[in-house]
Amino acid sequence: MNEFAITAATVNGSGSQTANNAIMRAIFRMGIPVNGKNLFPSNIQGEPTWFTIRVSAQGYSARPASVPILVAFNPRTAEADLAALPAGGACLYPGDGAWRPARNDVALYPLPVRELVATSGFEPRMRDYAANMVYVGALAALIGIELEALHGALVHHFTGKARPVALNFGVVQAAYERFMADFPAAPAASRFRLQRMAATTGQILIDGNTAAGLGAIFGGVSFLAWYPITPATSLADTLSAYLPRLRTGPAGHPTYAIVQAEDEIAALGMAVGAGWAGARAMTSTSGPGLSLMTEFAGLASFAEIPCVVWDVQRIGPSTGLPTRTAQGDLLAAYFLGHGDTRHVVLLPGTVAECFEFGWRAFDLAERLQTIVFVLSDLDLGMNLWSSDPLAYPTTPMDRGKVLSAAELERLGSFVRFADPEGDGIGARTLPGNPHPLAATLSRGTGHNERNVYSERPEDWKANMDRLRRKHATARRLVPQPVVEHDPAATVGLISFGSSDGAVREARDQLRAQGLPTSYMRVRALPLGEATCHFIAQHHACVVVEANHDGQLCDLLRMHCPAHAARLLSVAHSDGLPLTAEFVAESVQELA
Amino acid sequence: MTTARQPVNALGLTRADYRGAPSTLCAGCGHDSVTSQIIAAAFELALPPQRVIRMSGIGCSSKSAAYFLGRSHGFNSLHGRMPAVTTGAHVANHTLLPLAVSGDGDTGSIGLGGFKHLLRRNVPMVYIIENNGVYGLTKGQFSATADEGARLKHAGVNELPPIDLCAEALIAGCGFVARSFAGDAKQVRELIKAAFAFHGTAVIDVISPCVTFNNHDDSTKSYAYGKAHEEPLHDLTFIPRYEELVEEFAPGEVRDVRLHGGPMIRLRRLATDHDPADRMAAIALLEHARAAGEFITGLIYLSEGRPTLAESLGLGATPLAELPADTLRPPPEALAAVNDEFR
Repeated sequence: MNEFAITAATVNGSGSQTANNAIMRAIFRMGIPVNGKNLFPSNIQGEPTWFTIRVSAQGYSARPASVPILVAFNPRTAEADLAALPAGGACLYPGDGAWRPARNDVALYPLPVRELVATSGFEPRMRDYAANMVYVGALAALIGIELEALHGALVHHFTGKARPVALNFGVVQAAYERFMADFPAAPAASRFRLQRMAATTGQILIDGNTAAGLGAIFGGVSFLAWYPITPATSLADTLSAYLPRLRTGPAGHPTYAIVQAEDEIAALGMAVGAGWAGARAMTSTSGPGLSLMTEFAGLASFAEIPCVVWDVQRIGPSTGLPTRTAQGDLLAAYFLGHGDTRHVVLLPGTVAECFEFGWRAFDLAERLQTIVFVLSDLDLGMNLWSSDPLAYPTTPMDRGKVLSAAELERLGSFVRFADPEGDGIGARTLPGNPHPLAATLSRGTGHNERNVYSERPEDWKANMDRLRRKHATARRLVPQPVVEHDPAATVGLISFGSSDGAVREARDQLRAQGLPTSYMRVRALPLGEATCHFIAQHHACVVVEANHDGQLCDLLRMHCPAHAARLLSVAHSDGLPLTAEFVAESVQELA
Repeated sequence: MTTARQPVNALGLTRADYRGAPSTLCAGCGHDSVTSQIIAAAFELALPPQRVIRMSGIGCSSKSAAYFLGRSHGFNSLHGRMPAVTTGAHVANHTLLPLAVSGDGDTGSIGLGGFKHLLRRNVPMVYIIENNGVYGLTKGQFSATADEGARLKHAGVNELPPIDLCAEALIAGCGFVARSFAGDAKQVRELIKAAFAFHGTAVIDVISPCVTFNNHDDSTKSYAYGKAHEEPLHDLTFIPRYEELVEEFAPGEVRDVRLHGGPMIRLRRLATDHDPADRMAAIALLEHARAAGEFITGLIYLSEGRPTLAESLGLGATPLAELPADTLRPPPEALAAVNDEFR
C-alpha cells in the first residue's frame, strides 16, 4: 500500500499538467506523501512528455527506478513505454486508438477515450484536455483516489472557477464509473492501492522555484532584474505573481521593482547597481546565463557589492539540454570570474530550504558585502514536492555594516576597506548619504583601503589578503552541513542539493543490506571545518552528486587534503535525477 | 584687511568642491576639457554633490569619473556595462542624479546594446560620450565611430562606416540628443546644464580629440578639424529660471525651449533654423551632415514626453533603498496565508 509510482506519457502542450497535478494534489490531500517529476521536452507543443508521480508512505522523494503503472496516452512513445513497464504492472491506454499493446505479463486497461470525450461537453478545441481527464478518472478507480479529493484538487487548480471544475470533474466521474463497469474486479485485484494516511497534515505541495521566489519576497527583495531562461523562469514569475499582493506599500506604491533585462549581463549589472545603491537586489538564471554573468560576478566580489544570484541548474556544457537537470555548475559558480575569485554559494536541498536560503541569501550578501549564489536545479526548482510549510524567517533582517551620516559625523573619518574588526569587512556608505565624508568611487580596478586606484604591489596584496579574511568569515556564517551519524557506520555519504532524496533512500537500502552509513549534506560553500571532521571520522566517504566529473568531491579533496584518499566519487549525470538504487549499488561497489 | 575669497554658489560651495582627483590623462586630452565643463556646470547649477552619482565604464573617458565631483558617490564599473549598473542604481534610488561619462568604444562597440536599452527605458541621467574615434588605453585601435577611410599610425585605414551615436540615440527613443566639441567650452557646459534639467536620458556626444593617437590634421576627431569645421546649430544658453531672462532678441532670432519644472534652453539662431522638437528633422539633419561631411553641433533633439523608468515602474517617493525592514518583509500572517494556498 502507498508505495508505488505512476508515469503518465502524454504529448506536451495537451494540458496533461492539469491532469497530473490534480492526481498529485488529490493523493496529497488523502494524507499520503507524494512527489512528481516532469520529464518534458524543450519544445512548446507536440513532443513527448512523461510525468512520474511517486506515492511513498515512507516519504521517499527520489526518482523511482521502476514505475509499475503506465498511462500510455502518447501513441508515438507507447511501444517503448510499454516495454519499460515491469512485469505485474498495469497499462491504461486509449482503447479506441490505433495502438494495441502486446504483453501478457501486465494488466491492460483500454479506455473509451473518444466516447467519453464526445459526451464531455468540452468544446472541440479543448478535447485534448478532456482526454487527459479520462485517465484521471480511470486511475482513481484502479488505485483508489478519492473522488472528493480529486474534486478539491480541481477546485484548487482552477482557483474555484465553477465551469472548468464541473466540466473536468464530469469527465473524471464518467471515466471512473465506466472503468468500474468495464473492469469490476480490477480495483480489488490491483497490487497498487492507496489508503488514506495522516502523513501530510499541515504540509504543503510546492516546487522549489516558487519556494525560492517567496523566500526572496520574505527576505525583502526590492529589485529583481532577470532574463528568461529555462528552468529559472518560474522563479522570476513567482516574484511577478506574489509581489503585487505581498509588497504594495501603504500609499499603494510597490516596494519592489522588476526589470526584464536585455540579457544576463545586464541583468546582473542592474542587480549590482541596485545593490550598490542600497536595494536588496537579485537575479535568477541558469548555466548559460551564469556564464554571461562572469565579469560582473568578479566585479561584485572585488568591488564588494551585495547581490544575490539564483542559478537553477540545467545540464551543460553549452546550451546542453534546457529541460534536463544536473548539479554541474558547482565549480563554475564557486570560482566565477577571473583571477583569484571565490564566492559564497548556498546549496538548498529541499523546497523548504529554497525558501529559507531565499531570504537568508540577502542577509549574507549584505553582511559580507558580496555576491551570493544560490544553486538550485531543474529537479528541485520545477518539480512538485511534499514539504513542511514554509517557515517564517527566524532572524531579523541583517543590513550589514552601513554607516549613516550621523555615524560618520561621530567617527570623523571614513576608510572604505578598513578592517578594524578583523573579519575582512569594512563599513560602507550608500549613495545619497549627505555627509561630506561619505562619498567613494566604487571600482573594479586595484585599490587601496581608501578605495583609491593603486598599482602598488603591497596595496594589491593587502586587499586580497583582506578578501580572504572575509572568505574565512563567510565559512562561519553560511549554513553548516546537516550531519546524521550512525554509530555503527564506517562509511560516510556526502551529497548536496537535490541529490539528498536519492541518498536518504539509498541509506535505508544499504542499512537493510547490512551496510550502515553516516550522512553529511553540504549546504554551502566555502566549506568549513565540520566537513573535514566528518571525513576524518570515517574510513571512506562516498560523495554523491549529479554531475559528470564529481565537482563536490574535487572541492572536498582541495579543502581536506589530509583526508583526500578517503574520498570516493559517485558522480552521474544524464539529465535525470539520481535514483536510490543507483546510489546504493554504486556505494556497494566502492565500499 | 580682507582676503581674496573664492566665489561660492547657492549652496555655499566653491568650484574646488566639485573637483576630483588630478587627471592622469595625456596633457591636452579633450576629455580633460569636458571634465572642466562638468565641474563648471555642476558648480554653476549648485548641484548638491551627495545627490549626484558619477557613473562610468572602462576606458580613458571612464577613468575621468575620478577627476570630477570628488564629493559624489560613483561607480567605475565594467567595459560597456555602465548603462546596466546605472539602471539598477536609478531603480534602487531614483532621487539620485546620475552623471555618466563613457567613450566611443564603451558605448559604440562593446556597450551598444546596453546603451540602446537604457534609452528605451529612459533612465533619467546625463550621459556624456567622450568620442575620439580611437581606443587610447590599448594604444590606438579604431573604434566603431571612426570615419570610413580614416588613417591611424598602427591600425592603418578604417574600411567600415562609422556608427553615429546621436542617430542611434534618436532611433532608440532618446528625448535629449546633443553633439558638441570639446574645444567649444561654453557649448559643452551649457548642454551639460540643460541635460541635468532634462526629465529622462540626456545624451551628449562630445567629439573629444585624442592628442596621442588621433589628432592628426586629416582626422575628423582632431582639434584642428573641429576648430575649422564645427558648425554650431545655434548659440545655446541654459537658463535655470525663467525670471533670469534679461537679453532681448528680435522675433525669429531665438527659440526658447521650456523644460520640466521651469528651466529653459535659449537657442539663438545661427546659419540654420533647426527645430529640435522635430524628430524627423533631427534624423534628416544627421543624415545630411554625414553625407556632406559636416560637423554640426548643438541640441539636435529635445522632447520630454516619455515617463522615466522609475515612473514606468510606479515607484513611490521613498527610494527602494531607503525602505525599512518592516516594509520589506511581509508579516507572519501573510506567510500563513501563502502556505494555505499550497495545501
